[in-house]
Amino acid sequence: MNTTGDARILEVDDLVVRYPVARGLVGTLARRPKQQVHAVEGVSFTLRRGEMLALVGESGCGKTTTAQAVLRLVDADAGTITLQGQDISKTPRGQLRGLRRRVQIIYQDPYESLDPRFTVRRTVEEPMKIHKIGGDESERRERVAAALARVGLEPPDLFLERYPHELSGGQRQRVVVAASLVLEPELLVADEPVSMLDVSVRAGVLELFDALRRSGLAILMITHDLSTAAHYADRIAVMYLGRIVEEGPAKEVVNDPQHPYTKALMSVIPDADPRKRRTAQILSGETPNPVTVPPGCRFHPRCPLVASGRALEVGMEERCRGEDLGLAEVLPGHFAACHLAAPAQVSGA
Amino acid sequence: MSETILSVEDLHVWFDLPRGGVLHAVQGVSLSVDRGERFGLVGESGCGKTTTILAMMGLLPPNATVSGRVLLEGEDVLAEGERSARPHRWVDISMIFQGAMNALNPVQTVGAQILEPMELHGYATGVDARERAGTLLELVGIGRDRLDRFPHEFSGGMRQRAAIAMALACEPKVILADEPTTALDVMVQAQILGLLERLSEELGLTVILVTHDLPLVAHVCHRAAVMYGGILAEVGPMDALYHDPRHPYTRMLFSAVPDPTGESEVISIPGAPPRLDRPIPGCPFEPRCDRAFEPCSSVRPRQISLTDGREASCHLNDPALTEAS
Repeated sequence: MNTTGDARILEVDDLVVRYPVARGLVGTLARRPKQQVHAVEGVSFTLRRGEMLALVGESGCGKTTTAQAVLRLVDADAGTITLQGQDISKTPRGQLRGLRRRVQIIYQDPYESLDPRFTVRRTVEEPMKIHKIGGDESERRERVAAALARVGLEPPDLFLERYPHELSGGQRQRVVVAASLVLEPELLVADEPVSMLDVSVRAGVLELFDALRRSGLAILMITHDLSTAAHYADRIAVMYLGRIVEEGPAKEVVNDPQHPYTKALMSVIPDADPRKRRTAQILSGETPNPVTVPPGCRFHPRCPLVASGRALEVGMEERCRGEDLGLAEVLPGHFAACHLAAPAQVSGA
Repeated sequence: MSETILSVEDLHVWFDLPRGGVLHAVQGVSLSVDRGERFGLVGESGCGKTTTILAMMGLLPPNATVSGRVLLEGEDVLAEGERSARPHRWVDISMIFQGAMNALNPVQTVGAQILEPMELHGYATGVDARERAGTLLELVGIGRDRLDRFPHEFSGGMRQRAAIAMALACEPKVILADEPTTALDVMVQAQILGLLERLSEELGLTVILVTHDLPLVAHVCHRAAVMYGGILAEVGPMDALYHDPRHPYTRMLFSAVPDPTGESEVISIPGAPPRLDRPIPGCPFEPRCDRAFEPCSSVRPRQISLTDGREASCHLNDPALTEAS
């Protein structure tokens, strides 16, 4: 099948990324076994043109590593990463410049991603010079102005000659976005793009990402904030210990979660309305170390369904403890990796 | 229940800037907190919330000038500078600093760090102090067998618990928590918030939670003060702030926060917070306010008492002004 014609921008299939754990001199001499951090263990997802997918999870769940693998900032140990029909997971580093243009990343801290000695004009123009695109100087100037207008820094003349310290946090992040847009990327990876910004300006920057998505860009957003994901993403993928444990339409995932981990996460997210107090289902302890992933379902040691005896009641506990599992469709277009989640009824059966 | 334990009266704080000029960080804040209450101090970066609680602790840096009063059980902490603040600090009022979990001394055991304030303030020594440190660790949900462990052997959530235990060492009456969960994951955040709630209830502790995170305050606190540009925009019970805000900033700030269902409309506030290194004649929120009218740019609104113990600094609450326009 010709995949270049359809709307699929990015396909990640069974991605695995492991990092070696440094043993130190003593460890090496003592011949302690080599250990690995299982950062990403078999992650698959698809991202289409004009779609925003939010990878959500707690620190150490593998969401940032997944994004870094997509950007080829870390190498995949297994699996494929297909960008518009072309597997980029094994492209030699020297030939990545094309990829670097097509996939852009927005980092968390706009205070650190901008060079304090560069004016806004130079910051936005620089990427075009590096990639030798954008025509001559006057054309580039026009492109810079157009990009600034697109990110809401209007009129552009007012911002062109300013330095980062003369801008607010929200304006800085808009400059960062403008500097990626001049390269006309197909995919934007946004790693916690608003978490450093003040609450009152966050929505404005997120609206900008939403507008870019509507104009056809594919956006992979990495966030720990389910509320933000619920509002702006089309789909949410919840990660736990290197795996996607639930994936589905954004509003459905937050309002009708199918995996006990997602359910627990949702139960502890405070609402600004004090009348909407939920019963928090606080999981004990913290996420286990990804060096020693529990056997069976990796969530079972903290799973409320196992702890409460519910899993035993329905005769599943043995499988929870012993049998690892992948995502299964439990509602149309909504997937979960749980032995206790009911599989979707096959329509017409 | 409603006995005031801590009150701030017309607090002003100015900072001398290194390159000349003065930053008026807190511009006349008054508030009072009841014994055993969980009180929120909410606002965005630079609004003066951290400066306000540092003043309560008597911990402002040397380039700060202060006026106004901070009364702790009726005694003015600010009256004679360090001499009046020191006897109360850590003993009657203590603080969990922002990023406290990363501020533990890496070469000292956690137990030694909990013992230190007790011995320093003559609260307990030797075996007694060690016994109490163990009890404190248990109180925050860590086994006492961990007393001799080092911070790097603890997870982030456990280090934050240890920082809370340190703040509790001398049995303070008031604890100031500055963004106590900012660097933590949601599940660990829920555990820490649950701990603070439990401590406030079991020990009758007064908790002042300082954060930019409105849902957090809504979840934990009985009442809250919303700060903006060095002033107190509004104070009131949490429910009233959300459902019946009396300052446009309160309303607009709540609208800027996404809710967990993804259903509500999220609207950002246009513009940016004011610079506090130049005088602001009127209301600091006026340039961003959707309800600003004639006096707002020139006349500073007073902090007016409304019904039900609520207060707001907004001309819209002044019938004389709104009817005239």
